[in-house]
Order: sequence, then C-alpha cells, then structure tokens
Amino acid sequence: MKIIKVASLICTVILWTVPAFSSDTIKLGVAGAHSGDLASYGIPSLNAARLVAADINAKGGVLGKKVEIMAEDDACKPEVAANVASKLVAQDVNLVLGHICSGATKAALNIYKDSSKLAMSPSATNVDLTKSGLYPNFFRTISPDDAQALLQVEFALSKLKVKKIAVIHDKGDYGKGLAEFAKGFFEKKGIPPVLFEGITPGAVDYSAIVQKIKFSGADAVLYGGYHPEAAKIVSTMKKKKMKVIFISDDGVRDDTFIKVAGQYAEGVYATGPIDTTRNPMAITAIEKHRKEYGAEPGAFFLNAYAAAVCLLGAIEKAGSTDSSSVSKILRSNWFDTPLGKIGFDGNGDARGIGFAMYQVQKGRYVEVVK
Amino acid sequence: MEYFLELFFGGLTRGSIYALIAIGYTMVYGIIQLINFAHGEIYMIGAFTALIAASALSIEGFGGWSLLVLAGFIAIVYSAAYGFTLEKIAYKPLRKASRLSPLISAIGMSIFLQNYVLLAQTSDFLPFPPLIEEFSFLEQVTVMRSSELLILSVTAVSTALLTLFIKFTRMGKAMRAVAQDKTMAMLLGVNVDRVISVTFIIGSTLAAIGGVLISSHIGQINFYIGFIAGIKAFTAAVLGGIGSLPGAVLGGMVLGWTESFATGYVSSDYEDVFAFGLLVFILIFRPAGILGKSTAEKI
Amino acid sequence: MPYGRRAPITQKGGKILRSFGVALWFMFLTFPIMVIKISPLEKNIEWRWGRMIYVGAGAFVLSLLWRYVIEQKRGPIPKEEADPLKVDTKDTGWNRGGSHSLQERLAIFFHKNKKFRILTFTGLFFIIAAFPFVFSTYQTSIIITALMYVMLGLGLNIVVGLAGLLDLGYVAFYASGAYFYALMNHHFGLGFWAALPMAGALAAIMGLLLGFPVLRLRGDYLAIVTLGFGEIIRLVLENWNEFSLGPSGIARIDRPGTLGIDFDLRDHTVYLYYIVVVLVAFTIIVVSRLRNSRIGRAWIALREDEVACQAMGIDKTKTKLTAFALGATWAGFVGCILAAKTTFINPASFTFMESAIILSIVVLGGMGSIFGIILGALVLILLPEYLRAFSEYRMLVFGASMVIIMVFRPQGIIGGTRKRHEFHVKEPTGEKP
Repeated sequence: MKIIKVASLICTVILWTVPAFSSDTIKLGVAGAHSGDLASYGIPSLNAARLVAADINAKGGVLGKKVEIMAEDDACKPEVAANVASKLVAQDVNLVLGHICSGATKAALNIYKDSSKLAMSPSATNVDLTKSGLYPNFFRTISPDDAQALLQVEFALSKLKVKKIAVIHDKGDYGKGLAEFAKGFFEKKGIPPVLFEGITPGAVDYSAIVQKIKFSGADAVLYGGYHPEAAKIVSTMKKKKMKVIFISDDGVRDDTFIKVAGQYAEGVYATGPIDTTRNPMAITAIEKHRKEYGAEPGAFFLNAYAAAVCLLGAIEKAGSTDSSSVSKILRSNWFDTPLGKIGFDGNGDARGIGFAMYQVQKGRYVEVVK
Repeated sequence: MEYFLELFFGGLTRGSIYALIAIGYTMVYGIIQLINFAHGEIYMIGAFTALIAASALSIEGFGGWSLLVLAGFIAIVYSAAYGFTLEKIAYKPLRKASRLSPLISAIGMSIFLQNYVLLAQTSDFLPFPPLIEEFSFLEQVTVMRSSELLILSVTAVSTALLTLFIKFTRMGKAMRAVAQDKTMAMLLGVNVDRVISVTFIIGSTLAAIGGVLISSHIGQINFYIGFIAGIKAFTAAVLGGIGSLPGAVLGGMVLGWTESFATGYVSSDYEDVFAFGLLVFILIFRPAGILGKSTAEKI
Repeated sequence: MPYGRRAPITQKGGKILRSFGVALWFMFLTFPIMVIKISPLEKNIEWRWGRMIYVGAGAFVLSLLWRYVIEQKRGPIPKEEADPLKVDTKDTGWNRGGSHSLQERLAIFFHKNKKFRILTFTGLFFIIAAFPFVFSTYQTSIIITALMYVMLGLGLNIVVGLAGLLDLGYVAFYASGAYFYALMNHHFGLGFWAALPMAGALAAIMGLLLGFPVLRLRGDYLAIVTLGFGEIIRLVLENWNEFSLGPSGIARIDRPGTLGIDFDLRDHTVYLYYIVVVLVAFTIIVVSRLRNSRIGRAWIALREDEVACQAMGIDKTKTKLTAFALGATWAGFVGCILAAKTTFINPASFTFMESAIILSIVVLGGMGSIFGIILGALVLILLPEYLRAFSEYRMLVFGASMVIIMVFRPQGIIGGTRKRHEFHVKEPTGEKP
C-alpha cells in the first residue's frame, strides 16, 4: 500500500511539473543564479523580467498574447545551466533572458543553438561569447570585458598619470578575464604591472594583499571582480592610511558598493555603462521595482530590463516568434530601453552601450569627464 | 621588518577570527563528536540578528557601546535559541544513528538556513555598522585597530573562561563525562540531553559573539558568509586538534599566519593551497592535530 | 528508546498544548529575521507582522505532524529490547516493528518467485530502454545527470560505505576526469571513447596520490584532509591558466563520437543516455562483485575494526589504497562524461558543495546498499529539478528534505543489508533506570 501511495505521489509531482502545453502565451525563459552565493546577481534580472512582463501584459501583451515568465535557477554552474537550457527548450520557450555568468552561458548556448533559440544575457561579459562568432544566437546588453579594460587602462595612464600599477582580481570568470586584458594592455603600453595576483573571494579580510600592494610601491590598483571584496580591500587600504588610487569595474559600480564601503568608498574609480539613470524609462523601472519589491534594484537590473524590452519588442516588430526573423529584427533595429537607444551588431554585442569612468564623490557615483 | 610585522599582525587578526568561530566548533565536537556544519550558519544568523537589532535600536536613539552590548546580547539570545532548536530537530533524533547521518543532516540544515535568510531578508550584501568604536589610545598605532584588539581579547578571554568552566564547574564535569562515555555518564545520573543542549547553547553563543565582532570589523554581511567562515574554522579546529579549546585557538592562528605569509611572500593566488597544504603536512606528522591527544585504541 | 525520557503524551489536549508551545517558540525564533526588514541606509524599518502568523500556524501544524509521524515510527516497543545483551542478528537500530525490513521482505520475495523476478527485470529493462523516446529531451537530460550521480555515489560508496574512509574531497577526482578529457580534446582532439578509460586510470592514480599521505589518519582528520585536497585541485585549476585555461573554462568540447553519423541535439542526448545506462549497469556489476570479493571483505573488515583486521593478516596499506584508487576511478569516468555532456567545463562545477552532495547520496540512500544509492541519487538530483515548481523556495525545501529524510530514516532510505554473520552486542539504551 505504501508503495502505491508513494508512486502516486511521485506521479502527481511529475505531472504537475510537466508544463501544460499552450501556445497562447509568449514564453520568456529567465535563467540565472537564483540561489547560492551568486544569487544577488541573478535575482535582480528575474525581477526586471517580471516587471517588464507585467507592464507589457497590462498593455495587452505581445502580438495579442500574454507574456509568461519561466524562471529557472542555474546557480551559475555550467552543468546545471545545460539542464536548465534543455528544460527551457523542452518547455518550448520563445526566447531566453540569461544566463548570468559567462561560464553557465557558454554551457547553455550550445543547447539553445542546436534548437535555434535566441538568448540575451544582461551580464555575461566574456569576450568569446560574441567575438568568437561561435554563438550566432547570442546577444547581450552589456559590453564585453576588453572594452572595459581598455577604458580603465587608458584612463589610468592618460588622466591619472599612473606610473606603477598593481592588478588584482578575484580569480573568477569575470574578474580574472578582465584583469588579464588590463595586464595585456598595460604591457603593450610598456608599463607591466608590478603586481598581478588573485585574491580568494569571500575571505574574512584582505590585509595581507593590501600590505603587498603597499610594499610594491604601486600608486594605483586595478581590481577586477565584484563589490563585496572591493569594499573590503578599499576599507582596509583607507584604514591603513594608504593613498593608492583604486580603479575597478562594472561589478563595483553598484550603489551597494557605496552603501557597504560607506565613507571609505570616497574617491574610488569604477567603469560602468554610460549613466542612464536619468533616462525616463530607467526612472520608471527603478520606481516600479521599489514599489513591487520594496527595495532598490540590484546588479544588472537595468541591463536585464533592457534585454527583456528588446527581446519582446523584437517579437512584436517581427510579427512572429520565429528565431531567425527575431534575430534579424534585433540586428537591424534600435530599441528604446532604460539604457538608452540600443541596437545589436553582427556578433550580438550591443551598440549604443558604452562605458564611462565614474568616481565616488560625496557618496555618489559621478561620471568623470574624459 | 616592517613588512614582516604588518603581515604578522594581519595574520593574527585573521587567525583570531578563525579561532573565535573554531572554539564553538570544537566545543560541540568535543562533546558529541559531530562536525556541526551548520555552525557557520549560526554565526551568520547571529550577525544578521545583530544587524537587525542594531538598526532598530539606533532608530530608537541608542549609540556607542550601549548599542554594541544590546545588539550583541540580542544576537546571543537568538543564536543560542537557534542552536538549541537545531540540535533538537536535526541531531537529537540521530544520536543513535551512524556517525555520518548527523553530518548529512547538518549539511541539509546548513542549506536550509542559508536559503531561509536569503528568502526572508535579501540576497544582497548589507553594510554592517561599525559597532566597535575606535579606542583613542590606538590612534598612533598603524598595525592594529580597536576591532582587531577586541576580537583578539575576546577570543583569549572566552577560551580562558571556557577552559575554567569545563575544568571546574559541575556542568563542565558533566560535559567531560559525556564526552568520554555517554552511556556511563547516563548511568551515573548525568542528564545527557541537558548537557548536549548546554553545549550547543555555549557553542552558538560563541558563534554569535564572533558574528557581531567580526561583521563589525569587516563591515558587510550576506547570507553566505557563514559557509566560508565555517569551513575555515573547521580547518582551524582540526589543525589544532579537534575537541581541544587551546588547539582551536592555536589552529586558527597558525592558519591565519600561513595565509598571511603565503600571500605576502609567495602569492595570494595559492593562499588556500598553502593553508590546506600545511594542514596535510601537519596531520601527517601529528595525525590528531597540533594539540590533539592521539588516543590509543581500545581493543 | 531513542527519544529521551519524556513520557509519551496520552491525552489529545496535551499534544495540542505542546504544539502550541512549539508554535510560540518558532514565532519567537523567526521574529527578527522574518518580521523585521531593514534598509540600513534609509534608516527605516518595515514590520511584516503578517508573516509571524504564518510561521506560528505553520509551526503548529508541522509540530503536530512531526510528533504523529515519530510516534508512528516508534510503534509498540518490542519485548526483546528490554534485554540489552540480546544478540541482534541485524543491526538496523530503527526497524523496531516487524522482524524484516521492507527491503528484506522484497528480497526474500524476489528470491522465491523466479517468474516474478524475471518479469520485473524485463519490465524494468523495457522502461529504461524506452525512456528517452517517451519523455522529452529535458527529462532525458536530467536522468543522465542523475545516472551520472548514481555512478559517483557507487564510486564513493567504495571509499566511504565499504572501507569506512570519510572522503570529503571526492570532487577532485571528478574534476580530474573532466579536465583530462576537456584538455586532451581541446589540445589534441582526443575522442571521448579513447579518453574515457584514460580518465578513469588518471583518477585512480590521483586516488593513490591522495591515499599515500593520509594512510595514518582516521575519521574526521581524514575528512578535512580530503576536503583540503579537493580545494587544492580546484584552486590549481583556477589559478594555473597555462594549464587549465583558468576560471573561464574550456568550451566546445566534443560530444561522444558517433562514427560519422550526423546527430542533432536530441539524438546526442539519447545516445549519451544509452552510454550512461550501459556504464551504470557496468558499475553496478563491478561494484557488487567487488563487494563480495576478497578485497571487498577486507574493506568491510577494515571499516569495522582496523586493529583486528590487521591481526587477521590483511595488509592495511594495500587495502586502503585500493579503496581510494578504485573509488576514484568511477569519478574519473563520470568527469569525462560530464565534459562530453555539457561541452563546457570550468572550475566552478567542482566546489566542496559537490562533494557534500555526493556524500549525501551515499548516506541518504543507505551506505553500502547499491539499490539505496541509486535511489539516493535519483532523489537528491531529481528532487531539486522537480522542485523547480517551488522556484525560489527550491533550495529551502531541498535542505529541509535532507534533514527530514535523515531524521526519519537515519540508516538511509534503504539500509545496507549485506548478508551478515556479525555478532552484535546491543548497546544499553538511553533510558534512565
């Protein structure tokens, strides 16, 4: 008897999870880390997609159909991402917003490619994703790593007149990739970094590496990675009364960094997408997030919002959900998004999205004139 | 020389952070031989509770040392409550099971608690207010800050107090008895359930103290901090000889110094490789840790 | 009796009162984290009192349920328990009800009914063979993942379940298999079929390398050293760019070769499914043969009592090292399959959590039992997938399920039921006189 009960329970669960097949909705898959240590980079994108979907549905949907969000958690792990991708394909999603991490994106893209689904990531910055030409079904609303590194290096050398530089990264996919590009650019300019090292993300403190920076005599640090570690390094440096310039990346140009590092954030440079928070769409998007979730949006929120707007907008314009026509529309049109007017080039990289250098001044990121 | 000293003190701070968490770990292990993987989570919950309490209290107008003490007290109460409940739910029913069952239950609890805080609060990093005020006499000193000094002294004091507690009080004696032979202790009238509960409460109290002081020192928390800190503290406890209180402190320090000097003189790329490498090396020569007593097997 | 000294509550009112107390306790416990939401910069606090009511109600119901299930579980106390020196022929420690556990009854049933046995196995064979044609690619894909973990579980079972060596760094061998195929394929275009046995051999050598220094260690010291070993391997893969291409990983690894036939994604998945099914079958045969072999018996003897085992003339060093090497081999195979399945690998897949999950499969399923481990892998790997319906509550439910399964089935879903001829003196139970 017990076995029958258990079996029927399992059957119910399976039947419940097998999607009801209905083609009267536009299915937007949203994949990314929704749990685990990287959840804080994935959940804002999910929120953004939900807000866009609710917005569009309130206006009557896309092609007269409601938009349905299919959220899938890949925990930023490649092998999970591959399963998630085949699940989304099996559920017959029309488009995918994601994934969040470059590694997971690469693992998933092969599957989307084989079943000709389009994917657009708000945050995967690995250069190979677009420039290798291997993934024609991939788009992103964020600039690749090398563009960012180049800006950082040029800014450091020409504006800040840096003579000795230490390049530090978090050993991660994103941070290390960026740091290696920066190192390459510095070497090309004839100023090899005095220090090139990876730190352990999540460690309790970074005083040893800060000492090492101090004794290397570097007058600037270029850090590739995310804000939690950056905040720890910056505050340790300031507490040790060091006057080393701190330059970092998009992962740090996040208001959470200023909140967490507080007074120590003052004077930190970080590259980030050209500021669009005064864009009326961005203002309403952020306002909606506050209203719906009672908090400020997190990392990559606007990028994801823009991606959702582009994807759904392209379907509307194409008049169908067919991948190749949507892809053509994406490559040939400009879209109004919270990031401004953007389009996509042949590789899938966004046009109209550029990087700018910011500095924390009086507790806010202010764009520094180039 | 200055470089060496800086690294030395940096390692000392890091080590005392590991040590503070490791004491709780080793305490629980010493009594019931359980690797309490959820200990890091208790530490995290302590830190979160302190942050919540501190935010609420600072709106009420509290500040300075009174804020630290009050928030710390609330964190301790809650962490102890969590530790107590954790033991009742996840470990107590498994006391007679094989030794691996509670370990898996602990891993499950750890996943559960992380996601509980993630869902109930936020996935984002939150700034932790510097509850520890700067001591004026440390203004001229560059190698050490007051939060570091406080962590160090709290570690020292709690180790000393706990050692005294275990050596001289009735409950301490009961604990040692349970650690040696649960059945025999029971026969002699020791309330084993209560002893284990008290052990968990003390362990969790230490985790909460660690959570408050360390988060205040670091300045940020999220739901995941417990996991990494927990693994490192566990390593420290084993390095020093798991079950031994001074061993946990020594293990934490050795680990902190290894990491600090490895970063300083070699490369931070391989910081953890050095830490774990040292662990393997020490355990080869002293299979029960630095201060652990290798017990002769009873046949 | 495993549950303390509290007298069983007899009246209904008492139960409800106690559950009410539990509900109050949980309302207190979850108060700061569930009810108060802070936004530290804006200096305001949101009170979410509604949640407290949910917690209270939820805790009340769960507590009633919990107590009910435990009482069911405990059942009537059998008479023989009163005699602590009674020779217990099967060390289950939990099945206090009937004299045979469900699995044993099944085993006896199978043994007696040859017809039924053949019927079941043929049925099972057809279900397994037809699976990818009935279900979607996604279902097939996650079943492949689950089967990979079955192999990992069976491999780790050799080390943990049979030889009793707690290994928390099993993921290192998994990683070395995956990276071996990925790198060989990336640099030299080595095919899957050639790489598979080599990956296994490499993992076995790694197992020996780990085995040597830790021969003297036991229990939790061994656990932490293996954990460290796993972390070291991952860190090396992360840091040593020239060797492993660093954290950005290796992309576009070839799927298993198909003799020139053109396959699309679905065909590839089905093909891989059959490869994995055959390999799992192979693993099951080898592991069950191993368990009853001379070396298998030596492992079990070593687990039960090291000193006695040596006294009987078993070479401890050799026995331990073979356990490490043979256990690691399977991880090498599965690593190779992983690389071929996802076509992309990076070090992020090989964290400590992975080792913990594989260990959980072994323990949750039931240490030493092959069927148990298969069940454990299916539960632990498929559960998070089917729990996707819970979306963000997925991992919360997963963690809770692990605890609940352990609490109610401490010996695992299916306890190891090797034919035993062991002499057990029952430990006096936790009852105060």
